Amino acid sequence: MGKAIGQAIKRKEDPRLITGQAKYLDDIQLPGMVHAAVLRSPYAHAKINSIDTSEAESLPGVVGVFTGKDFADLNPLPCAWQAGGVNNNANTPRTLEIDKVTFTGAGVAVVVAESRYIAEDALALIHVDYEVLPVVVDAKKATEPGAPQLHENAPNNICMEWSCGDEAATDQALADADVVIKQSLRNQRLIPTPMEPRGAIGVFSPVAEDYTVYMTSQAPHVMRLLMTAFVFGIPENKLRCISPQVGGGFGAKIFLYPEYCMVAAVSKKLGGLPVKWMETRRENYIATTHGRDHVTEFEVAAKNDGTITGLKVETYANLGGTLSTIAGGIPTTLYGRLLSGVYKFPNIYCKVYGTYTNTGMVDAYRGAGRPEASYLVERAIDLVAQKLNMDPAEVRRVNYIPPEAFPYAPASNILNGLKYDSGEYEGALNKALELVDYKNLRQEQAAAREAGRLMGIGFSSYVEICGVAPSAWIGLNGEGWGAGLWESANVRVHLTGQVVVTTGSQSHGQGHETTMAQIAADLLGMDVADVRVEHSDTLGTPFGYGTYGSRSAAVGGVAIHNSVQKIIEKAKKIGAHMLEAAPEDVTFEDGKVFVKGSPDKAKTIQEVALAAAVAYDLPEGTEPFLDDTTYYDPPNCTYPFGTHVCIVEVDKDTGHVAIKRYLAVDDVGKKINPLIVDGQIHGGVVQGLAQGLWEGAVYDDNGQLVSGSLMDYALPKAHFLPMIETDSTETPSPVNPLGIKGAGEAGTIASAQAVVNAVVDALAPYGITHLDMPLTSQKVWEAIHSSGNGRE
Amino acid sequence: MAEITVTVNGKSYTRDVEPRMLLVHFIRDVLGLTGTNIGCETSVCGACTILMDGQAIKSCTQLAVQADGSSLTTIEGLASNGDLHPVQEGFWEKHGLQCGYCTPGMIMASVDLLQSNANPTEDEIRHGLEGNLCRCTGYHNIVKAVQYAAEKMQGGN
Ligand code: FES
Ligand code: FES
Repeated sequence: MGKAIGQAIKRKEDPRLITGQAKYLDDIQLPGMVHAAVLRSPYAHAKINSIDTSEAESLPGVVGVFTGKDFADLNPLPCAWQAGGVNNNANTPRTLEIDKVTFTGAGVAVVVAESRYIAEDALALIHVDYEVLPVVVDAKKATEPGAPQLHENAPNNICMEWSCGDEAATDQALADADVVIKQSLRNQRLIPTPMEPRGAIGVFSPVAEDYTVYMTSQAPHVMRLLMTAFVFGIPENKLRCISPQVGGGFGAKIFLYPEYCMVAAVSKKLGGLPVKWMETRRENYIATTHGRDHVTEFEVAAKNDGTITGLKVETYANLGGTLSTIAGGIPTTLYGRLLSGVYKFPNIYCKVYGTYTNTGMVDAYRGAGRPEASYLVERAIDLVAQKLNMDPAEVRRVNYIPPEAFPYAPASNILNGLKYDSGEYEGALNKALELVDYKNLRQEQAAAREAGRLMGIGFSSYVEICGVAPSAWIGLNGEGWGAGLWESANVRVHLTGQVVVTTGSQSHGQGHETTMAQIAADLLGMDVADVRVEHSDTLGTPFGYGTYGSRSAAVGGVAIHNSVQKIIEKAKKIGAHMLEAAPEDVTFEDGKVFVKGSPDKAKTIQEVALAAAVAYDLPEGTEPFLDDTTYYDPPNCTYPFGTHVCIVEVDKDTGHVAIKRYLAVDDVGKKINPLIVDGQIHGGVVQGLAQGLWEGAVYDDNGQLVSGSLMDYALPKAHFLPMIETDSTETPSPVNPLGIKGAGEAGTIASAQAVVNAVVDALAPYGITHLDMPLTSQKVWEAIHSSGNGRE
Repeated sequence: MAEITVTVNGKSYTRDVEPRMLLVHFIRDVLGLTGTNIGCETSVCGACTILMDGQAIKSCTQLAVQADGSSLTTIEGLASNGDLHPVQEGFWEKHGLQCGYCTPGMIMASVDLLQSNANPTEDEIRHGLEGNLCRCTGYHNIVKAVQYAAEKMQGGN
């Protein structure tokens, strides 16, 4: 390899971002643009009897008012990933709801006006006659007798019943075990909260009869497919989707949302006026997808030496009032299939009920299913350690999958035919123990306890499924994903020697313009500055599936690699011709073609590109130009792993948890840019810590989102946190030629349980074995004071 | 409508505005300076932070008419003669941004912080930025960026 991969270089995209020159969706102004505001249901469950828009229509400045009936010709939004192999009673949102609403925030009407101020004024003049229905918000209670029923086709509000593993064998393991621990837990609902809310601008061309939609999307090509083929019923080439600069997504911007269809449809109704809709934060909280929300019970069986012999899990996964785009796959494929963690558990069984409730839609949020699995597994390990009075690090050690077992198929076929690619789990643990000076740390803890202070040490060893693929495994007949999951890349070396890379993935903070340029520059032996990365516009670019599931480098990056390899082969052919040598006698190194052994007489890639582009003298049968497109479908997923350690101190009197130290040892395979990998880890870790300690979306019994603004939802601030220490081991993935595993979600998948395990460890003197997240001061204080030892 | 005159990044503008128009909308939609972002409507996120007469304010929390007669600096006006401000440089050098949406506000708040405390401790930086939210970075590299800028502004390197 060359010199660009592995370098911690500064990002190419930053100059425009630090000077205010980047163009996010809300920064786009089009001639004649009008502004939309959506009227949203104030009720969590209601029938819509009628909507009177006349008063709103007569407000000066209002251009149009529309309700769901105006878009009855559009199909409901598709659910593109339903749980594989089982019946899914899919109920999805419409562009605007027509007859009923199943959660607070569902759109029922839209006003378009000369300004957003006027559009908002007009919303207050729309009168909706609702018939309010009873409400259920809890994933499990929704399935109980007498619960309000949301959808006719989903009795007991069950959308899907899915399982994996071997129930009989796991039951037997539970029966035979030395110890069995039963635990219920909640993985609370979270609000993704990218700092840029969602938005869209729709433009219909009455002449060409086609649409352009700008949207804050992590996957513009997929949006085009879903909108044209499923909602509008028009050919794909009638819609162009553009994601401009996107301000964070964390999963919430993967999905097709009603408003993206709405702006397009409204623009058509208005004869082609550009229509902008920009979400407020309040709307973002009630109408954009949430994440997690599991109610779980599990049993873990172990021998007295800490060896775990079985894990049995039952989860009720809240999917919200309607199904979001890939909701079905999150609590199934991406959750159940990961319940072996980094351990050689011999027996596993998992049953999942996906349920409808009168809450906002739940779908992928950073980590998506995998944090839920890792949290459960790592809590189980600590429960076993506590029960057997063993060191939690040792219980991990005795259960790790050993390095010689790779490729490893988790027991009970829970990974449905795939195998973990590579791992050195104990190596990451050992490194972490050494870096925190574990022996001393336990002594420090003992001394602190003596002195009446509550110090806790928490571990998390994790593995994740990244670069989610291959299409044949994940697809409709396997895991239920309604398409493929390969990725595309086009690489062109222009006649000036400048390279343009087009990727089907989409950057909303990950730095693709830098890392993907590094890949191409490295292999071509060029400067990173000479490679330009383009993405996020469906016009004239190859189809791609977008960015999520830590797949951009591990799948998209490899597509670039493969295209470059094919370009190098062609360059060698042309270079050999230029050197008057036989193609088999030349080699390509460091950006140059030369006859093996004679590097001084070489043709640079730039010279070859020029020759290929002008095409005056090419070898016979060679097409002009260095240009190649790859569609790369990997043979397997990748499986990053690591061990994180969190050290906390709990204030006995207030219940406040202070994070004293946080160390992440991650193995993401080969790193393209360590600066960017570290940044991903920092941010990911903090999102998991936030779930552990502070964040939680709360619905009241009427289905009102109580935590509906940034005043009420505890997003972490800078002073909540310490510096995050990062270190790594490097086990290249054998799945792809670059050895990449993926890094975008690792931090989040690991960190919630690290801090929870630390707090529970700190509270061990009170006999506390488990607390549900978030571990707010109040919750911790109450736990201390309701424990036998805490009452004073 | 009310007439206001404000100086933004050294240039004077006189415009008629609706009395209810927020300052951030005036800057973005009337003047077309879209570098200042909007992330909430509850004055919490800080994405809209600018300098008003040298002090950091949240421009979503003021009406345009309140800014009459004042001098504003937005992210677009921070670099001088093509040279990045040390805080901008720090964010680039230390990878203090990912999606970049919080960044203009974060940079303006950091400029204000370093004006009042040229050599802040890590803790002072963290508390000094408590009015600004970032969802991407976990704040780690933002702290480093501000430290870099502090050092640079004091003549160190
Ligand atoms: S936009 Fe959030 S504080 Fe101003
Ligand atoms: S860089 Fe994305 S919110 Fe701060």
